[in-house]
Amino acid sequence: MSGCILLFTGLVFAAQIMDTGGLATNLGLRHMPPSLGHLFGTDWLGRDMLTRTILGLYEGLKLGVLAALCSGCISLILGSVAGFHGGRVDQFISGLINVVMATPHLVLLILISFVLGGGTRGVILAVALSHWPQLARIIRAEVKQLKNATYVLLSARLGHSKLWIIRRHLLPHLVPQCMIGVMLLAPHAILHAAGLTFLGFGVSPHAPSIGMLLAESMRHISTGYWWLAVIPGASLVLMVLAFDTLGSTARALLNPKTRQE
Amino acid sequence: MCLCLGRIAAIIATVAVLSFVLVSYSPIDPVDAYMGTRILTISPEHREQIARSWGLDQPAPQRLATWASNLARGDFGRSIIFNEPVMDVIAKRFAASLWLMAAAWTMSGVIGFGLGVLAGMYPGSPLDRGIRVYALTLASTPTFWIGLLLLVVFAVGLGWAPICCAAPPGVPMDEANLLQRLHHLALPALTLSIIGVAQIAMHTREKMIEIRHSEYALFARAMGESDWGFVRHHALRGVALPAITLQFASLGELFGGSILAEQVFSYPGLGQATVEAGLRGDVPLLLGIVIFSTAFVCVGNLAADVLYWIVDPRMRITEAL
Repeated sequence: MSGCILLFTGLVFAAQIMDTGGLATNLGLRHMPPSLGHLFGTDWLGRDMLTRTILGLYEGLKLGVLAALCSGCISLILGSVAGFHGGRVDQFISGLINVVMATPHLVLLILISFVLGGGTRGVILAVALSHWPQLARIIRAEVKQLKNATYVLLSARLGHSKLWIIRRHLLPHLVPQCMIGVMLLAPHAILHAAGLTFLGFGVSPHAPSIGMLLAESMRHISTGYWWLAVIPGASLVLMVLAFDTLGSTARALLNPKTRQE
Repeated sequence: MCLCLGRIAAIIATVAVLSFVLVSYSPIDPVDAYMGTRILTISPEHREQIARSWGLDQPAPQRLATWASNLARGDFGRSIIFNEPVMDVIAKRFAASLWLMAAAWTMSGVIGFGLGVLAGMYPGSPLDRGIRVYALTLASTPTFWIGLLLLVVFAVGLGWAPICCAAPPGVPMDEANLLQRLHHLALPALTLSIIGVAQIAMHTREKMIEIRHSEYALFARAMGESDWGFVRHHALRGVALPAITLQFASLGELFGGSILAEQVFSYPGLGQATVEAGLRGDVPLLLGIVIFSTAFVCVGNLAADVLYWIVDPRMRITEAL
């Protein structure tokens, strides 16, 4: 857990103070395998892969977290509205959830980023708009249960307004749950954003991103420059794994049933 | 049963309308996307002519109505980049993808189930820990990176497998013999199954542990059942049901994975067509694939329901009551 946090602070810090001189084209250093001078090797323009990987990871992290946050907001709003109102509104939102869940994620991602004309904004919105249903479902069920809890009914009988009940009784329950939901969503968001970039949608070729690095590496793979594909991908896996551990630990900590263990 | 089919039809219809509305709000001009850089070489009149021949001069609601009535008759329009009816493109490409997906689906199902049963039989053992670490790591691994790794090791390093495509160079895909096709299929299918194993293994493991703590497990043990005897005679049936459901419900993930795997291995399937349609602005094909893939996922879920009903006698009893 603390190792994961350390990893992320290290990554963010490294991306800030990074010497971007390694990004300059240097044709004398093309296709260098990993060495002490260039830990991750260099690419077809002689750029340092370590610099490119760290910047790519950092951008991917920002993108994924932002998309997961947007997704969390969508699920919080739709889920609680559906749970609180019930009836027609609930039916409509549940239908929407079913529809989004019935389309394969990646197809939906491609469709949305096509509609938005690609770009970083397209990727973020595409990921945000396709990842909310599961969390929304959980929140909807939670709100439905809370709405009929004895203390909420009692509070309503005591004359508290709806807004007061939402603020004092419902939100304290929902916000931690939503936060954990977002933390568990973020790794998926990072992976899907990388996949979308890999396929050629979204982020421009000059912006650093792991998906782009791996797509580039495909052109050089048959000539045996293995480090271009293997190392950036492994770093991405490590980052996603660390994020996932963070999310699972947070869930275990905030759940009173497992906290004692 | 009828209810199920009705729901599926409703979902597909909603997806069709929603995606049409989305696409019609796209800032990308279809004529621009179609012409690419050649747009500079045509006159405005010519451009208008293309737009008119595609019916773009009509208002969006009317276009939607025309499109929907064509859809209802089974006419998905014409793909711009392949210059063929959308349905033909999808049918041809899906035939190639189906090989890939079926191979991966079966492999990941069998291996994942086996690993899950093993891990669940000896929870806490090094074997169990190994399987769990594998499954957790795989859940954080992008499909396309696994594909790249396999390419680096088996195609470039060892030279065991071809580096791309569905048939040897110069041989059209439908003329390649079975051995050649399997040879080209091996790496993409392996990529998809390596990823697919994770979820089903973890799920089966949990069910297995649950069953081992049940009362009938205790009873079977008291009757003198051995470890493997218990698995064969009692546990397998109980664990198989949720595993089958899960495997059918994962068709969406499988479809998404095949898009990535096909891109890595340049395998000419439906996934590659999806990417091309998206990148080159082939709206009819993209819409067709969105609808088709939704139908694919829905049919998978329906199959799971039907199978459940056949395999699990309890489902029929509750329905009869």
